[in-house]
Amino acid sequence: MIHSLFLVNSSGDIFLEKHWKSVVSRSVCDYFFEAQERASEPENVPPVIPTPHHYLISVLRHRIYFVAVIQSEVPPLFVIEFLHRVVDTFQDYFGVCTEAAIKDNVVVVYELLEEMLDNGFPLATESNILKELIKPPTILRTVVNTITGSTNVGEQLPTGQLSVVPWRRTGVKYTNNEAYFDVVEEIDAIIDKSGSTITAEIQGVIDACVKLTGMPDLTLSFMNPRLLDDVSFHPCVRFKRWEAERILSFIPPDGNFRLLSYHVSSQNLHPLRSASLVAIPVYVKHNITFREGSSQGRFELTLGPKQTMGKGVEAVLVSSQLPRGVLNTNLNPTQGTYTFDPVTKLLSWDVGKINPQKLPSLKGSMSLQAGASKPDENPTINIQFKIQQSALSGLKVNRLDMYGEKYKPFKGIKYMTKAGKFQVRT
Amino acid sequence: MSTNNLSYNDQGGTDSAVEVGQETTPTSSNAGAGFGLFSVDFKKNDDLKEMLESNKESLKLEAMKRVVGLIAKGKNASELFPAVVKNVASKNIELKKLVYVYLVRYAEEQQDLALLSISTFQRALKDPNQLIRASALRVLSSIRVPIIVPIMMLAIKEAASDMSPYVRKTSAHAIQKLYSLDQDQKDLLIEVIEKLLKDKSTLVAGSVVMAFEEVCPDRIDLIHKNYRKLCNLLVDVEEWGQVVIISMLTRYARTQFTSPWKEDGVFDEHSERAFYESDEEKTRNEPEAKPYMMDPDHRLLLRNTKPLLQSRNTAVVMSVAQLYWHLAPKNEVSIVTKSLVRLLRSHREVQYIVLQNIASMSIQRKGMFEPYMKSFYVRSTDATHIKSLKLEILTSLANEANISTVLREFQTYVKSQDKEFAAGTIQAIGRCATNISEVTDTCLNGLVLLLSNRDETVVAESVVVIRKLLQTQPTQHSDIIKHMAKLFDNITVPMARASILWLMGEYCERVPKIAPDVLRKMAKSFTSEEDIVKLQTVNLAAKLYLTNSKQTKLLTQYILNLGKYDQNYDIRDRTRFIRQLIVPNDKNGALSKYAHRILLAPKPAPLLESAYKDRDRYQLGTLSHTINTKASGYLELSDWPAVAPDQSVRNVEVIEPVKIHHFIFPSTAHPTPALHQGWSWSTLSPKLQINFATDAESRVENSSQSSEESDESSSQSEKSSSESESDSEKKKRKTKTPLQKKTVKPTAKDGPYLSKCYQPTFCSSDLFIFSLILSVCPPVYSALSPLSLSFPLQVSGPAFVPEKSHDLLHRMTGKGLSAQYQFPRQPCLYQPTMVSVQISLTNTSDHPLEQIHIGDRSPTGLNIHCFNTVECLEPEASVTVFMGIDFNDSTQAANFQLCTKEDHFSVSIQPAVGDLFLPITMTELDFRKEQGKLLGMNESSATITMAAENMTSQPISRPVATVANLGVVPSGQDDIHRFAGKTASSGAVVLVTVELRESSTALITINTEKSVMGSMLLRDLKQALAQA
Repeated sequence: MIHSLFLVNSSGDIFLEKHWKSVVSRSVCDYFFEAQERASEPENVPPVIPTPHHYLISVLRHRIYFVAVIQSEVPPLFVIEFLHRVVDTFQDYFGVCTEAAIKDNVVVVYELLEEMLDNGFPLATESNILKELIKPPTILRTVVNTITGSTNVGEQLPTGQLSVVPWRRTGVKYTNNEAYFDVVEEIDAIIDKSGSTITAEIQGVIDACVKLTGMPDLTLSFMNPRLLDDVSFHPCVRFKRWEAERILSFIPPDGNFRLLSYHVSSQNLHPLRSASLVAIPVYVKHNITFREGSSQGRFELTLGPKQTMGKGVEAVLVSSQLPRGVLNTNLNPTQGTYTFDPVTKLLSWDVGKINPQKLPSLKGSMSLQAGASKPDENPTINIQFKIQQSALSGLKVNRLDMYGEKYKPFKGIKYMTKAGKFQVRT
Repeated sequence: MSTNNLSYNDQGGTDSAVEVGQETTPTSSNAGAGFGLFSVDFKKNDDLKEMLESNKESLKLEAMKRVVGLIAKGKNASELFPAVVKNVASKNIELKKLVYVYLVRYAEEQQDLALLSISTFQRALKDPNQLIRASALRVLSSIRVPIIVPIMMLAIKEAASDMSPYVRKTSAHAIQKLYSLDQDQKDLLIEVIEKLLKDKSTLVAGSVVMAFEEVCPDRIDLIHKNYRKLCNLLVDVEEWGQVVIISMLTRYARTQFTSPWKEDGVFDEHSERAFYESDEEKTRNEPEAKPYMMDPDHRLLLRNTKPLLQSRNTAVVMSVAQLYWHLAPKNEVSIVTKSLVRLLRSHREVQYIVLQNIASMSIQRKGMFEPYMKSFYVRSTDATHIKSLKLEILTSLANEANISTVLREFQTYVKSQDKEFAAGTIQAIGRCATNISEVTDTCLNGLVLLLSNRDETVVAESVVVIRKLLQTQPTQHSDIIKHMAKLFDNITVPMARASILWLMGEYCERVPKIAPDVLRKMAKSFTSEEDIVKLQTVNLAAKLYLTNSKQTKLLTQYILNLGKYDQNYDIRDRTRFIRQLIVPNDKNGALSKYAHRILLAPKPAPLLESAYKDRDRYQLGTLSHTINTKASGYLELSDWPAVAPDQSVRNVEVIEPVKIHHFIFPSTAHPTPALHQGWSWSTLSPKLQINFATDAESRVENSSQSSEESDESSSQSEKSSSESESDSEKKKRKTKTPLQKKTVKPTAKDGPYLSKCYQPTFCSSDLFIFSLILSVCPPVYSALSPLSLSFPLQVSGPAFVPEKSHDLLHRMTGKGLSAQYQFPRQPCLYQPTMVSVQISLTNTSDHPLEQIHIGDRSPTGLNIHCFNTVECLEPEASVTVFMGIDFNDSTQAANFQLCTKEDHFSVSIQPAVGDLFLPITMTELDFRKEQGKLLGMNESSATITMAAENMTSQPISRPVATVANLGVVPSGQDDIHRFAGKTASSGAVVLVTVELRESSTALITINTEKSVMGSMLLRDLKQALAQA
């Protein structure tokens, strides 16, 4: 399946290679570099590139291209999903997944890649299993290892590998038993010029951090499970139980994991009805104009809270890709700071918290290239924000119960709403 | 590389520290770095060699880490091979692993040296640690040295029957490696694949199917028997395996089942006909004649894959989606929609693949994705290839109802800064206009407006699209053509200019005044135009010459003259051709008559089609589908067979052990409620086993009693079994056939019922099945049961269970709690090496005793399976519990504490040597063979005098069976009696021969490798027989 893997940094250097079958020359990457040159943006490199003898399937994460070399038919998603899993593992092990981190830990990286694939077929991708085989490097462990001569490599087959719950290792022990669940919802929306919603949907996830001793069996129930329209589970969730009772019943992995991701049903069944069922938490008033013949443009932007369920809108960040003709901007924010990069033409305004009494605004002028014609299109405005302690869809966890263990765990549930791909067309 | 620096500096070598520094600094340019390091490389490798050959483990490890660093960077480290390979046998597991990494990388290049390491792997293949066995096999199979193919083959075969499923999984991977190394091994490898396909472990399933796909995808016959198992295991297989299995099963299903895609109308018609002319149908043997019934196996596959749509792994979701697309009845396919749309939230690369597949699907089945149209709206932050795919899908989804929404959306896109995308949008508008006739005019008008756009690409694309649209309905649109003629001067994109010229020529009769003027302008600028524009100018000139020669004759001749001397072949050729065609002269009169018909023939309108139109000739979700060409190794999805192949090939014969289960539950028994109420198996099982040992009557009698009485009934039936044993044995030998009937009958009747109640136990405890299998073959059936023929060590039921129970705890010392134990002589349920002990607890006090359980034990290593805590024992009540003790084949007492809520009592269980055996059945021949192996030290014998009444067969086996739990071996001679058993813990064979001699003496011979147990048994037997 996966023949080789090359890691390519943003400047086009191959800084790591790993082969699972016979060695493939790195010159195969030339095809990739060609495609990279052709693409205007780094994201535009096609994920699948056919070459005379191989196929290159790549993903771009953290400004590193992970290029897998394939020799024969394989579902492309299989490879893509695996590559993303590799990145997730690196992030899990080293905290960040950067070129520097990978180079610093090249031995661990190699050991990991060796365990994750055998002959190009995934062998162990579950984080709990990998961590038993190869312990993540920490400063303390590094020091201890140099002194005692012990290693980061496990000598026994991880218990998870053979068990029916491969995601959980046995013999977990904690002095403080705790289970935290974060319900995070993201709202994706496109708002048109006039402020009406073109499309809006809510996607949510429940991320968990479970540190419980032994083999706990948890059940999580919702007040309003009907809201969940389409769900995908961590393998630990018992699907039958969900089908029958709409209850999440599972033996959790140890540590951090994503329990569930879901889609909230709203307007799916009525395609032509407006997406009014989803509450839009912020509104934007904008006035961006370019006049023909003048080298000046006006830029006005005001943000305000809309349907926020009484919670404050925080961490607001506005960004916009201004037209190529814009040379510079001269803007005044009433709060926060703004930056404009004259090369990439990216405007970003870090607003912070929205105060409903005094709405934040950004006003001023843009200077345009002299003689250039007026841009056709007004820029799109992307907005990011957070609303703590509320899930936009109204999803509520009813209760969390634990079976199978005797102690009383500490349980916590947190709700949060974030902007996903929230765009305002102007 | 913090590790490196730390330990490295510890050594205090300044030189090397500098080198590490050099190595860690990121190198700016490849070429420079390569050159710069080249000189250093040489020295450094020397240094590494030294470190690798040193005695210090830490130095070696450090060196290996740096070598791996070199490999990672793609630098050549092959010259270190001899130094590295020496460390392959290192005790340090990390060092060993790094050496493995090195070997796998370079062994192919240094085959001779690599052979040095082979023996280490061969040794490791026998290691008790499964991880070491597995990784040895992994490396051995990865080093790609052709000489070791036979060794690999052997290792794979062995690993394929390893105890550990993890090792078996590794062997499945090794199959593919060996196959790519040496294709000649195919036949042998297929055998291994066949074997591994039968494996029931979910861990193995994915890997072996992968090997199957790689080595012998055409051997579909290997799948038949495993099809249902694979379907049922699928949910529990790891996610990567699921993908592989699903795609294999998709292919399989297309060859084995008939198409579920019959149209309803056809379907009805046929069923009607089938009703009236059924006889005739049969003779014609028309496949469609029968009303479609989905094969239950087909349904099984669809049902079992559906939950996987909820997987977090996008590849799994996609593979289920394609399975439904290719296999499900048309009305069921839409259940995958939601999940596919969900994947669009995932990473960009995932979106790309999923959108491609949706694009293919949406062309055929608009309805599937229409409700989700808004999910395909383009965002300005999408990558270009994502944008164009979304556009593609939106275009396919557009219909009369939603076209206005779509067009409004398109309007926004046209203004996009991404001009490539804007051009794509214009094409999309064109497609919408041709597909939906209601909006053609609106679209045309919109496109005409775009002609005044500032951006060239937008204008050019519009012109091209307008041209295509006009071709479809040219009659009403002469004003648009005029408008375009006006714009002609401002348009510079060659393709657009060429399109306008073509339009002028084609419809020159509708714009009689403008066309010649355009030609005039073109004549002026002809030399400076692009080739494509020149060609169209020549065309225009020719067409005008034919329709309006008065005005354009001179212009045409001028242009033809210019073309004649053009630099481009094409233009020169075209000019020459046109001139001959249109300008009448003597030679070519025949052809020029038809010039009008040749040049101005009505032309079919171009079809504006999706690029994804025929993509679905490739299986969805495959690489071939993505790149739209056949990738190497792509396996074609076959068409549905017209007639379904034999369905029965997938039937799996019920395997022997399962059949024997049926003995256990006679038809009148109702164990199901007990099972469902969660009765512990320990209380239930003795009864089951006894049922078995007794004959048919007592079975019925026994089973009519309720489960609560099992203790009593067990002792009853034990008696009856032992008493009637010899009778029934004789009887059964005489009436072999009737007996068989008797046993088979309930089997058939109970089939469905048993499988129903048994299903859960199969999964929940393999151990249980194992012990059942062990217990279900009593010696009386030995002649009948095929199982018992398979030598060695088929454990049978006990020949006799002594009633004798021993005091474990007296009621006086136990403060009211009294306990007695006895050996039921059953194979232990918990572990085969344990001896099962039955303990009856009685409360003789006047208050209830709570929480009776087992506490500390000694020796501490003693392996005991405790009974479940008895929560409460009422006064005068008693309860029987079972526990398992591994005595480790010694008569040493097992000491442990019996605890109640308040007290602890130290108790001990002392087994007699005879209780440590399990009876086995074997033939006389096997017995002799085994005995031949156990001579000398392993034999102990004694001659005894025994009472005359013991001289017949029955009384001899009786006292022997009382002393020791051994099975009777059928003997051909009257005066020699043989008994066989094995020790519970180690499974060593124990053979006892009693040879009767004259004057009431008898020779007892015991053959076993456990000589201590042998002599103890001899002593006990001497006592028992002499006494009797």
